[in-house]
Amino acid sequence: MTEQDQKIEALQDAVPTDPPHSQWKDVWDQFRKHKGALMGGSFLLLITLAVLIGEYVWTIDPQKLDIRNKDVRPIYTAIWNGDAKVQWAHPLGTDNLGRDALANLIVGGRTSMAVGWVAMILALSIGTTIGVLAGYFRRLDGPLMRFTDLVLSLPILPLLLVAVTLFREQLRATFGPETGMFILIVGVVGVTSWMQTARIVRSEILALKEREFIVAARSIGTTPGAIIRRHLLPNVISPIMVSATLGLAIAIITESALSFLGVGFPPDFPTWGKMLADAVPRMDQFPERVMLPGLAISLTVLSVNYLGDGLRDALDPRIRGR
Amino acid sequence: MLTFTIRRLILAVPTLLFISLVIFLLLELAPGDPMAQVPLTVPPEVKEKMREALGLGEPLHVRYWKWVVQFFWIEPQVMFDNMFGTTFAEGKQRILSWQTRSPVMDMVAQRLPQTLWVVGMSYIVGILIALPIGIYSAYRQYSVFDQSGTFITMIGFSIPPFFTGPLLIMVFAVQLGWFPSVYDTTHVVNDWDSFVVQLRQMIMPVMVLALQTTAQISRFMRASMLDNLNQDYVRTARAKGLPENIVVLVHVLRNSMIPVVTAIALGIPGIFGGAIITEVVFKVNGIGDQLLNALFANDLPSVQTLTFMIAVLIVVFNLIADVLYGVLDPRIRYD
Repeated sequence: MTEQDQKIEALQDAVPTDPPHSQWKDVWDQFRKHKGALMGGSFLLLITLAVLIGEYVWTIDPQKLDIRNKDVRPIYTAIWNGDAKVQWAHPLGTDNLGRDALANLIVGGRTSMAVGWVAMILALSIGTTIGVLAGYFRRLDGPLMRFTDLVLSLPILPLLLVAVTLFREQLRATFGPETGMFILIVGVVGVTSWMQTARIVRSEILALKEREFIVAARSIGTTPGAIIRRHLLPNVISPIMVSATLGLAIAIITESALSFLGVGFPPDFPTWGKMLADAVPRMDQFPERVMLPGLAISLTVLSVNYLGDGLRDALDPRIRGR
Repeated sequence: MLTFTIRRLILAVPTLLFISLVIFLLLELAPGDPMAQVPLTVPPEVKEKMREALGLGEPLHVRYWKWVVQFFWIEPQVMFDNMFGTTFAEGKQRILSWQTRSPVMDMVAQRLPQTLWVVGMSYIVGILIALPIGIYSAYRQYSVFDQSGTFITMIGFSIPPFFTGPLLIMVFAVQLGWFPSVYDTTHVVNDWDSFVVQLRQMIMPVMVLALQTTAQISRFMRASMLDNLNQDYVRTARAKGLPENIVVLVHVLRNSMIPVVTAIALGIPGIFGGAIITEVVFKVNGIGDQLLNALFANDLPSVQTLTFMIAVLIVVFNLIADVLYGVLDPRIRYD
């Protein structure tokens, strides 16, 4: 039977043979094919769960000093070094003050992830707002995009360093050392990483704006606000989701970089970046203290990047179904 | 081409002014008081005098204007004087550091070569590695080389420089002892042996920065090559009997370079951010290191000038990329 005949036969069916399925089922089917994205997504879920409920499973206080059990090596060191100081009570070892590494990794991870998520959401909302405004209202397009280009050429990391150092005292005094620092870091990371989202959203909106359904909506007198909310935003959700994964990765790395340079959270408040930075001076004796937080950051970011890669493929109708 | 370049140059001026204003206002709105470190026993009227001596007595716009004049007018004159032995800048007020009371730009001039040397080398090395990888993995899409290339670039994307730096030090400096862990900037290259020493100490910082660049650029290169390889003109070139390497390396490559040049230009701010971290890790005394020192010492004029210096470098490199863009794509030149 030729292809032509098949097509004609399909036309003769009274009802389609397959039940109709939604767009999101297609997306999920395509997403499932991408092994890396699936693994990345599950790993991200795992690590998020670990930092969220890990504290209740592994109940050692991360701040508890136990000077007798300081400098305990991770349990796996015993495989090649029988004399190493290892304990099952501290499977990933302790630091030079006897604080448990696993508990610190859990608490530090929660800070890093929280900063990453909130900063990403902030950057996305700024970027989407600017992108939609610039794409929809022609009068705003020039100024807003010129502004975006200007911000893109700012030296981001130096400015972040300056902002965090200079505003630290004030915010600490107002909101307390931890909350103040959280607000500050989330704020500066969010305010400096919205530009890519804005550009992508604008270009999508520009293309969508000329489509018939928007023209139809406008012709029946829908207000611009309603058009944006009901017709445009649902259609740009896929590029926004892709840039969300990128933004999450960037925010986690930036927070860790700030902590690494010593301008992050206060000393008794662990984050992955600061654990790494604190461990660098003695890394020839205790390489695991650099490796563990470093691996945690890298694996999280890697899984987020793979997730983004898979999402991009799954949400792009031109690739989907191939 | 010349008018295109000139137009780009003129456009850079408002960008630089905007950036200088952002930096100035950021420092101005910061709640920190430069007099906070002064002992409480110092009477308030003396403190007031000290503030004025630091140049803090004037209103906002006057100080901004003076800083802009100092940066754009007096400092270039000083540079000119140093080069040709003239005396244009004599007796004029330069930007002074609060830490050392010496001109900030003198210190920048001492430290900038180290930064540019390491950053520039790593960017060039990164691009030189990335382009062949990108071209070959696009040409043999979904081959083993392409798959492993994608995996490695993903890793390069994801591992931050403050992890790769210590990791490389741990493996190559501590365990294997091949390269020194600290970058010695006083080292002078005058013969073959000292050149080898310089090469060895540069390998690790350059590789840390280059890893990031390679990952980004090779992905852009691959995507852009893939877009072009299916075009009609490629089939035409093959049909008229051009050898395959000319089709790929001349026809396709030149067209695919256009978005890649944009990616290279957009990566420059990131590479300077990475440079700050690399300088801390390998103890290179470049301007990133100087910026951190000035920040922790609350030395605002230095911070202001250094941040702006980095911004100027970024704008200059973007400008070069823009001009290259015009060289590659004639349509943009005549726009």
